[in-house]
Amino acid sequence: MLVEEIMHSKIYSVTPCTSIQEALKQMKKHHVRHLPVIDGDQLVGLVTDRDLRSASPSTLAPKELQELLKRPVSEIMVAPAITVHPLDFLEDAARLLYENRIGCLPVLKGDRLVGILTETDILHRLMEIFGVNHPSQHVEVEVEDQIGILAQVANIFSDHRVNINSVLVEGNPAKGKINLVFRVQAKDLSKIVRDINRAGHRVLWPQHLSGPNQGEMT
Amino acid sequence: MNPVRLIYSEDFLHYRFNDSHPFNNKRLKLTLDLIRSFHLLDENAILAPRLATDQELTRVHDRDYIAMVKEADSGQVSCNQLQKYGLDTQDNPVFPGMHTTSALIAGGTLAAAEEVMSGRAEHTLNLSGGLHHALRGKASGFCIYNDASVAIAHIREKYGARVLYIDTDAHHGDGVQWSFYGDPDVLTLSIHETGRYLFPGTGNLYERGHDHGLGTSINIPLDAFTEDASWLDAFRKTVPRTVDRFRPDVILSQHGCDAHHYDPLTHLSTTMKIYREVPQIIHELAHKYCNGRWIAVGGGGYDIWRVVPRAWTYLWAEMTGQPLAEERIPQTWIDQWQTFSPVSLPKTLHDPEGSFQPIPRRSEITQKNQLTVQQALRLIDLVNSHIDG
Ligand SMILES: [Zn+2]
Ligand SMILES: [Zn+2]
Repeated sequence: MLVEEIMHSKIYSVTPCTSIQEALKQMKKHHVRHLPVIDGDQLVGLVTDRDLRSASPSTLAPKELQELLKRPVSEIMVAPAITVHPLDFLEDAARLLYENRIGCLPVLKGDRLVGILTETDILHRLMEIFGVNHPSQHVEVEVEDQIGILAQVANIFSDHRVNINSVLVEGNPAKGKINLVFRVQAKDLSKIVRDINRAGHRVLWPQHLSGPNQGEMT
Repeated sequence: MNPVRLIYSEDFLHYRFNDSHPFNNKRLKLTLDLIRSFHLLDENAILAPRLATDQELTRVHDRDYIAMVKEADSGQVSCNQLQKYGLDTQDNPVFPGMHTTSALIAGGTLAAAEEVMSGRAEHTLNLSGGLHHALRGKASGFCIYNDASVAIAHIREKYGARVLYIDTDAHHGDGVQWSFYGDPDVLTLSIHETGRYLFPGTGNLYERGHDHGLGTSINIPLDAFTEDASWLDAFRKTVPRTVDRFRPDVILSQHGCDAHHYDPLTHLSTTMKIYREVPQIIHELAHKYCNGRWIAVGGGGYDIWRVVPRAWTYLWAEMTGQPLAEERIPQTWIDQWQTFSPVSLPKTLHDPEGSFQPIPRRSEITQKNQLTVQQALRLIDLVNSHIDG
């Protein structure tokens, strides 16, 4: 998954001499929390609502506050901003956001600003990766960490004519084991759970506290 | 007083995907039999369903989907084609007469709606209805046609009435929610087990409707293993308040009973207590706000021996003004069905105190649900706030 596939190409921006007050207004109007600062066609920095708010503390007297709000964003913007390229991998962009504790990355092609990628965009994409965008439910299986194991379990779903929306492979504290986390398009999991357990794997979810399985009711 | 009608036909029993499928309408037979053993069914109250027409179905379903459902059992359609429409899957295998039986169920809920809206009946019940997962162009979660959506769309078009849809099935009422997501005159409220693990995965607090319908989709996702007290607390706090804010002309309620501890498909841990109280509250609200106009449908319910007959007997008893309390089940019913049942049939309508072990982590689950209810209440208070003046 590449940055260009999920970035926003519609960009709201300000110039270095835009006032703090105006920048706040723009953010509110466009429902955004970050604005790139552009001089000519060069990206020179980034302002965030957090920076703007901490620059205008509520403890100031009204008059001082008015003065401050008239100052240009260039005084408080982050410069240079951390940026990414449209062809960067999404996971690398996510690591940049995480390691620098920031919420937004301007996307640059050469010198030109071509998009904006935010934390929310990545979270939304993550929801799709988890497969919660189709009617489906969660199945978690503990399996041996060995070649072909995913295919074995996946085959049980296809034997039951159940489509898999997503699959994640997660670590397991037990040595030699991993967990497979599926999101599958099925409301009835009873037969699948039975067959996965029979094949020697261990289903961790769904689990029932309601006591012995009632089997297939007729 | 206008009568209360039960929409029923033995043909509803043909809604059967295959012999090992958990959706089994034999539960209707068991239920009617239990209702009769309490002498609560006047045979003149039964009204036969009709077939929903294509025109009625297309109000909420795509034409190509309906055409596919009609063709599905001909043996002429490829699996790939069928699967695009959610058919020929584990949950929704093709069965003979699938279109006709599904259209009869939708027609049953249409008849139920028509009886109430025309004033011929005060309340009506179609226990084979409540197929709330069916989507515009896709079968989903054992549901082919979304009978409740079809009926609500009919009420909207013919009567222009404001409809409140209340869904207490353990699964989120996604299909009905999406049908009216942009309609400000249909409010859908669903109380269900959180979709974090359970099918269909939706039903989050923030699914609130869109465009003009923003605010008229209310969701109360409860934690897995929620028991009676916490479940009822959520229902009592949110439902009457929603009715009071939204001021519907009619209530259509879905009474899936798969939130019961015994149900094999979900993880909620309620008892018969909620299935006695929910109809009471809705009944009272229908008289207080809607001139009595109340249409009820069935829904999920996969313990067909121990849960469904008792839950829906409570419902019918309440609707017909002959409410039942904690009663012994007539021995005739037990004698008739015990030999067929793989489990021991209950002796009482209610679950006696101590029938189930208390669940671990009860206080955490209760707290989490309280928080969810508080957040939902804030959204409910926004319903109609624009016309408050
Ligand atoms: Zn259900
Ligand atoms: Zn009444």
